[in-house]
Amino acid sequence: MTMKTRLLLKVAGCTGALLLALGVAGPAPALAEVRIDITKGVVEPLPIAITSFAGSGGREAQMGSDISKVVSADLERSGLFRPLDPKGFLQTPDQLRSGEPRYQDWRAVGAQALVAGNTTAMGDGRMKVDFRLWDVAGGQYMQGLSYTATADSWRRIAHIVADAIYKRLTGEEGYFDTRIVYVAESGPANARKKQLAIMDQDGENHQFLTDGQTLVLTPRFSPTAQEITYMSYFNKKPRVYLFNIDTGRQEVLGDFPGMTFAPRFSPDGNKVIMSMAQNGNTDIYALDLRTRRQTQLTDSPGIDTGPSFSPDGQRVVFESDRGGSQQLYVMNADGSGTKRLTFGEGRYGTPVWSPRGDLIAFTRQRGGSFALGVVRPDGTGERILTESFHVEGPTWAPNGRVISFFRDVPSGDGRGRSAKLYTIDVTGANERRVITPLDGSDPAWSPLIP
Amino acid sequence: MRIKYLSLIAAVALVAACESAPKDANTGANTGANQTSSIRPGSQEDLVVNVGDRVFFGFDRYDLAPEARATLDRQASWLKQYPNVTVTIEGHADERGTREYNLALGERRANSVKNYLVAGGINPSRVKVISYGKEKPAVLGSNEAAWAQNRRGVTVVD
Repeated sequence: MTMKTRLLLKVAGCTGALLLALGVAGPAPALAEVRIDITKGVVEPLPIAITSFAGSGGREAQMGSDISKVVSADLERSGLFRPLDPKGFLQTPDQLRSGEPRYQDWRAVGAQALVAGNTTAMGDGRMKVDFRLWDVAGGQYMQGLSYTATADSWRRIAHIVADAIYKRLTGEEGYFDTRIVYVAESGPANARKKQLAIMDQDGENHQFLTDGQTLVLTPRFSPTAQEITYMSYFNKKPRVYLFNIDTGRQEVLGDFPGMTFAPRFSPDGNKVIMSMAQNGNTDIYALDLRTRRQTQLTDSPGIDTGPSFSPDGQRVVFESDRGGSQQLYVMNADGSGTKRLTFGEGRYGTPVWSPRGDLIAFTRQRGGSFALGVVRPDGTGERILTESFHVEGPTWAPNGRVISFFRDVPSGDGRGRSAKLYTIDVTGANERRVITPLDGSDPAWSPLIP
Repeated sequence: MRIKYLSLIAAVALVAACESAPKDANTGANTGANQTSSIRPGSQEDLVVNVGDRVFFGFDRYDLAPEARATLDRQASWLKQYPNVTVTIEGHADERGTREYNLALGERRANSVKNYLVAGGINPSRVKVISYGKEKPAVLGSNEAAWAQNRRGVTVVD
């Protein structure tokens, strides 16, 4: 069944080439498209009507209302959608429970897309949530899906619904059913308490994973989102650790004579790549988690750190000062075939390969400021997304469209700090705060939760 | 004793914070003069007050300037005087670098200090190193004076 739609996000710029540059491959979305400008063009978000999900009982109705609010907030934060105020809606959720919507009523409120849903208690403690999506402009039904889960996971269901809508209307995978692990910070700058914390990507379900007694840095997710690798100063021995989120179990990774740091998982989850510093020299090593075998991948006399795998696991981008200053390099996963990637003015560090492979995010230090940017894996197309006194630590949403990072601002008297988490579109547009209970740094975005 | 030691360190840090250029921490010797009699020989307090516990580095540098070498010459003599003392060299960086690079840089700096002490005749088994990167600034502030104080190698009695 093929249908045509007039749903379209209007953007500035030469979208054809830009879509290519973003790595959108394969068949175009069958019905609707959201075209995305990779430069900082003005994106006009798609007006979408998200009605309160209906439910028969009081509890079902409350949950339905809560779910639609989360769906709405997810889509709004993406910067690609503009959820309309439900107060103006002319049709009630009950009237949408069966049959076609009155499209003219939704056109009248300016909607181009319409979402309605239902929540039903299953009697066994589980909840069934279904939703339907219509193309208002084209007067067509687009999609309907149904999910069943325990009632206490209603937030996840909401994120999964938002992901389905996002995917249907943009043609790209969503990223709302994900979590962010980061370092929560508190206290004065010279005695900073740092603890691992985890939350949903929208800041909800926040919890601390460590108590702050031990300095911890740079957490990163495994591809299953069940484990985190990070650096800890436990017993004054700075080493890379593995943390199991479900069990809370922690273990040191590898048996290295020197400090290990800058860990990241391989895309298949079988290896952790990291740096070891010893006798003033820092090289990159891979640790096979099954055999526990350690392999040295670089042996330059300089600082080789910040390794990050390409999504196919074949290559590794890292930073090195072997050429005189911090720059990005790419090598094969076995350490062979090293090529320098950046030649720009300034220092380049913290490279992170996008999950869709098309870009590498980095931190650039030049003059008195720090900037976050992206560059293609062949070294072309370098762009800066945001620049300030101190920004650092980019991490990709699993669809490769959104980057999270932290920004550190000295307080007015210059003696304190304020580090906050943000997200920004890969275009450099739509920068948003991620609200956390304490200060935050070193965010790492999970893959879509399995 | 512990409390006194901590307050002395704080005083040294305060003095250091008021300086516009890096100086060895033994400038704190004057503030501690009255307590000299209570300082236990071979202790951290002794090292801080009478020898100088830290050396400073240039931006993104890990080589030792003449002033730093003079401090480390005194540290080597002091360590020879107290052969049972073992130390850990803490390497630190200022905030103007990325986190992981600064961890590596701090390790380089700590090893510069260690290597100098070892070349001066100290048994390497008496000297451990640890890097804190930019995680533990000695001086608060986001200006060159603060950064100069924070790019340091600190010798800590175990």
